[in-house]
Amino acid sequence: MAVKKIKSVEELEKKLSTCSSCLEKKFNGKDGKRHIVVCGGTGCLSSDSQGIIDRLNALIKEKKLEDKVTVNVVGCFGFCSQGPFVKIFPEDRLYHAVKVSDCGRIIDEDIIGGKCIQDLLYEDPNTHKKVERQDDINFYKKQLRIALHGCGTINPEIVDEALGYDAFKGLLKTLSMDRQKVIDEILTSGLRGRGGGGFPTGRKWQFAYDQDNDTKYVVCNGDEGDPGAFMDRSILEGNPVAVIEGMMIAGYAIGAENGYFYVRAEYPVAVKRLTLAIKELEEIGLLGDNILGSDFNFRCHVRLGAGAFVCGEETALLNSIEGKRGMPRPRPPFPAVKGLWGKPTIINNVETLANVPYILRVGGGEFAKVGTEKSKGTKVFALGGKVKNVGLVEVPMGTTLRELIFDIGGGIPNDKRFQAIQTGGPSGGCLTMNELDTPIDFDNLIAKGSMMGSGGAIVMDEDNCMVDVAKFYLEFICDESCGKCSQCRIGTKRLLEILTKVTDGKATMEDLEKLETLSESIRVGSLCGLGQTAPNPVLSTLSKFRDVYERHVVDKKCDAGICKNLISFVIDPEKCKKCSLCSRNCPVNAISGTVGKTPFVIDQSKCIKCGSCLSSCKFGAISKK
Amino acid sequence: MAKITIYIENRPYVVDDDLTILEAAKICGYNIPSLCTYKKGRCSLASCRVCLVKVEGERRLVPSCAYPVRDGMKISISDPSAVIARRTSVELLLSNHYYNCQACRKNGQCELLEVARRVGARPEVYVGEKTPTTYDDVAPGLVRDTSKCILCGRCIEACKDAQGIGILGFENRGFKTIVSPAGNRSFNNVPCIQCGQCTLVCPTGALMEHSEIEKLDEAFKEGKYVIVQTAPAVRAALGEEFGDPIGTNSRGKMVAALHRLGFYRVFDTNFGADLTICEEANEFVHRVITKTPGPMITSCSPGWVNYCEYYYPELLPHLSTCKSPHEMVGAIIKSYFAEKHNIDRSQICVVSIMPCTAKKYEKEREGNKVDGIADVDVVLTTRELAQIIKRSGISWEKLPSEEFDDDLIGDYSGAGVIFGVTGGVMEAALRTAYYILTSNELEPIEFTPCRGLEGIKEASLKILGNSYNVAMASGMKNAKILLDEIKEGKSKYDFIEIMGCPGGCINGGGQPYVTPLFLPKEEDNILDTYVAKRAKVLYEEDRNRKIRRSHLNPDIKKLYNDYLGEYGSKKAHKLLHTYYNSSRERYPDLKIGE
Amino acid sequence: MHLRKEAVDIILNICNKYKNEPSPLMLVLSETQKEYGYIPLEVQEIISKELNIPVSDIYGVVTFYSFFSLKPKGRYVIGVCLGTACYVKGSQNILDKFSELLKIKPGQTSEDGLFTLDALRCIGACGIAPAISINGKVYPKVTLSQVQQIIDEYRKKDKEG
Repeated sequence: MAVKKIKSVEELEKKLSTCSSCLEKKFNGKDGKRHIVVCGGTGCLSSDSQGIIDRLNALIKEKKLEDKVTVNVVGCFGFCSQGPFVKIFPEDRLYHAVKVSDCGRIIDEDIIGGKCIQDLLYEDPNTHKKVERQDDINFYKKQLRIALHGCGTINPEIVDEALGYDAFKGLLKTLSMDRQKVIDEILTSGLRGRGGGGFPTGRKWQFAYDQDNDTKYVVCNGDEGDPGAFMDRSILEGNPVAVIEGMMIAGYAIGAENGYFYVRAEYPVAVKRLTLAIKELEEIGLLGDNILGSDFNFRCHVRLGAGAFVCGEETALLNSIEGKRGMPRPRPPFPAVKGLWGKPTIINNVETLANVPYILRVGGGEFAKVGTEKSKGTKVFALGGKVKNVGLVEVPMGTTLRELIFDIGGGIPNDKRFQAIQTGGPSGGCLTMNELDTPIDFDNLIAKGSMMGSGGAIVMDEDNCMVDVAKFYLEFICDESCGKCSQCRIGTKRLLEILTKVTDGKATMEDLEKLETLSESIRVGSLCGLGQTAPNPVLSTLSKFRDVYERHVVDKKCDAGICKNLISFVIDPEKCKKCSLCSRNCPVNAISGTVGKTPFVIDQSKCIKCGSCLSSCKFGAISKK
Repeated sequence: MAKITIYIENRPYVVDDDLTILEAAKICGYNIPSLCTYKKGRCSLASCRVCLVKVEGERRLVPSCAYPVRDGMKISISDPSAVIARRTSVELLLSNHYYNCQACRKNGQCELLEVARRVGARPEVYVGEKTPTTYDDVAPGLVRDTSKCILCGRCIEACKDAQGIGILGFENRGFKTIVSPAGNRSFNNVPCIQCGQCTLVCPTGALMEHSEIEKLDEAFKEGKYVIVQTAPAVRAALGEEFGDPIGTNSRGKMVAALHRLGFYRVFDTNFGADLTICEEANEFVHRVITKTPGPMITSCSPGWVNYCEYYYPELLPHLSTCKSPHEMVGAIIKSYFAEKHNIDRSQICVVSIMPCTAKKYEKEREGNKVDGIADVDVVLTTRELAQIIKRSGISWEKLPSEEFDDDLIGDYSGAGVIFGVTGGVMEAALRTAYYILTSNELEPIEFTPCRGLEGIKEASLKILGNSYNVAMASGMKNAKILLDEIKEGKSKYDFIEIMGCPGGCINGGGQPYVTPLFLPKEEDNILDTYVAKRAKVLYEEDRNRKIRRSHLNPDIKKLYNDYLGEYGSKKAHKLLHTYYNSSRERYPDLKIGE
Repeated sequence: MHLRKEAVDIILNICNKYKNEPSPLMLVLSETQKEYGYIPLEVQEIISKELNIPVSDIYGVVTFYSFFSLKPKGRYVIGVCLGTACYVKGSQNILDKFSELLKIKPGQTSEDGLFTLDALRCIGACGIAPAISINGKVYPKVTLSQVQQIIDEYRKKDKEG
């Protein structure tokens, strides 16, 4: 079937209004139907949300409800730990942790019976009250969704739904503007790169615009490798059209006709939906030559990452697209001058580009109303670790860490004590109790020895050893260092070795000095951002938790009980019931004793500190020291 | 290009605006330690971090080798953070380096050690696990020892960018990264031409020629007639190893040194060059007469022969079948010379001093044996010769000038001398080919279109009313252009000279290292000029020879009269010609598509 | 090792498909990995000839990216996420358990060719940590006791064909 191409601004405006009213009717029930949406984000898909959709459809068919109810897959809701989600319109009723076996009840009790199923509703972990509507859940209350616009609302596999939900309004405005004016709008908005560095997006565009070259490129950095961050994935999975539109606006502004998406191969759902959206947009003429009858041509291409964290670094990413090892290039020349295939190139992160259509739609000034003085708009965080509500949250810049962790995140589970929050992933640092009231923005985080990074926010409680955490990040960096420059390749390895000495209880105070001087050298002397920020987790934990380090070094103790060489398991002979269960569970036969006769004893020289005995003892006779 | 002002340690300097900080600083009188000054211009890698400096306004230190100067730039080399970071970079490199310097052949010429000295690196500050290493000494020409490698990437550039081959590359990632042929294979199991250009740029002992000094010692120990010959390019560079300025002709001292080392005879490979010319010019004339299509290509560069076998086997029929000059000398020593002196040929050990690492491989080829005995037994590079002179306690400064031995094959023409430089073989061949075709001598004798160091040169010569187009290429990247033309049937040439190394043998893989770090007295642009300076040595020697045409060399005439008969005779073919392998496998251990 | 004619054809087809793309190497390697399962040197030599890129360059690229493999992988590739969110929730123990039960180290393939165990860097499933992925299917909130079950499930699946 030949698809009708949209050839002019008028045709697009008409199309947008048709799609919009169509979508509206779905949500407000004016089409006379109930509308069920099911989360199709990676988290929920892994909990079989596809099975839920299939089951719902089967039931609808079986009960001949086709003209009364529709089922749709939508992008990530963000509240991943509580998925899969099923939402019902027009009531705007949210069911969480739904299982395939719940589908029958949803159809029978809710769709047919019109009743709200109480036990599928979310219960606030602190007040224990049931909440029916998404907006009333604390997790969502303080959020402001700009980059995540449409995620969890529209079907990302149907372009018409995006078109009915504000898509291409930004581009329509753009096409009516002078190219410099578009850049000015971005400059006015104060938008800064969401991938980590926080470089002003408008300035980047301006550099590329200023280059006199017939060929330029826009690259979208979707190589989200920061362990603990998944906002780019969710945006690409939830509303790929918004990112494509952002890329087109960038292309128009700097004078590029080709855009490359560089997406991790580990994100198959994102790749599939993005590719699908590009194909559909090409079919209806919104990508290609002479878009909407103008002289603006633009094409999108998708290239896959292949498992190298360093490719999140701009120049390494360019090398990767060029089919080379992802090793960063020395700068200058900067990519805006000499980038992909030697041509002026801008590289923007997924979340950054997702903000762009909104800025053009509402104006840079309006966007700049949200946020702090130097950090405008919102930021998406992947809140994880030891926090009750785990998931993706988008908050205005300037929100405090306390609000993030305790209001949105619901606080620390199991009545444990908050110890630190790590932002910026392996490039960032940790923030402690005294820093909880810091308003989050690019500059504040840097001032506190951390950084925004791509937005990972991992909460640690008292059970986490901060030396172990630093070591974890260093291990990651060592694995992911491209190996090009000496400071990073060998320096991070040596740092890790010294940290291992600390966690093994073999380090001296001199080693702590060495950690500091070597870290400083790597920070100022590495070739790329990966190396330059690699020592941050060490430097920040070392300055904020020096007592923990010294405890490892001087007393040879790990109070969190994480560092295996510094802990021992002991059996309290008073409490031991001589049952032998621990001994039978020990994988290395380190526990001896006679059933019913003598208390069991752990041979510390054989013990590998796996903790099997501790979890097997039913009488609390074993403890970790 | 414009003049700008930069500030180093707050002092103003006016410099050109197209320089890197490293280059500008050098002109201003500051030598920033670095590991990439082996070539001009901006370092494309900036990976060693040994030349970090502070630039005002930059949050991090910048690598001076890769960072361009700009007007008003304020640079500090002595800033404490830069001093410490440079030292740390070297200390980190050393912490992953197996430094048993006393046993390393690169000692004395090791850039890493020199830089370590300069930055004040402290031993064993950082100690830890080292990257697993590989030692490959299987290939006759080259040895790779990754325990010495610092991953500077120079060899990769030399092989891929300069030679256009790309045998070496980075492998693995992070701390496991190594530089190696694909799959960490031996040079013998990949299509490496063993030209040795990589050894010229390696700052440490990670890539070196496969030493045959022990083999030489063995020959002396066995009491053999150890006869040495030296290629023309050796004299143009050997003195550099002893502190002579680049461009010194060391012929006299070299011969004197060889005499003192106890060789039975000291000959010049130039005799072989003259012989090659006679056979090759004759072969060319034969092709002209029989109207054999396509150009004939020279075969005296073993690196090039390897390249042709691996990458253009279909063009092998174009190759002259002549052995290379030193192989011819070897063959003649073990036949003509041996017979005249009544020496058992199996008791002769022929040693070739060559500017080349591929010659080490070449001597092992089946086609370079006569009746099962190799023409040449030992090949030493210019660098190895310097080593044995040094270990023998010979004082280079005090050596007199001596002449090659005048014994049957001692004479040589100026044509033979210029074999060592790109275009030289062609020029020499044309002198003789002209004579064969016309019975007249070519005048003027110096055919200048063949001269110069451009990667590709072409010329045209009228002989008896016919125009002959010739071309000369040095370096495989340049040769490839001419070869692709032949392959596509577009070549307009009748005769092509190809030399494996850029500039010819004077810049061969076995020549002394030209390391600015160790050459404080040479001018700043030495890397642009050293090849030309060496070439000049050979052209001067040609000009000063009484006999400058190969076919007029009296010893050559005598050899043909007394022994070989005419050019291209049956006997000449048996001794002086070879054959090629058109099915040489690039990866002998792989089997594809059966 | 021998590369059969059919295999050669697969590789040639992939090369042809992307030949006209600018810098096609990554595209070719990704698809080869997917279609052929791994990228040994023999395959690289073919790609080298088709795309006119030195084998050492290709080898360098293959060994740089963890997604590419020089050796065949198991029928089921178990990836345990060691991203931060998963790590702080104990995914290292999950990995160790798989390693113990399958008797292979991360990066290795079991002798029967059934399982490959990989330690993954964040798969973006932080909301459901600790997560593992088997042939692309993500398992949420995996517990230690589930590990044996999961292995058994796939062994059974394999037997049933």
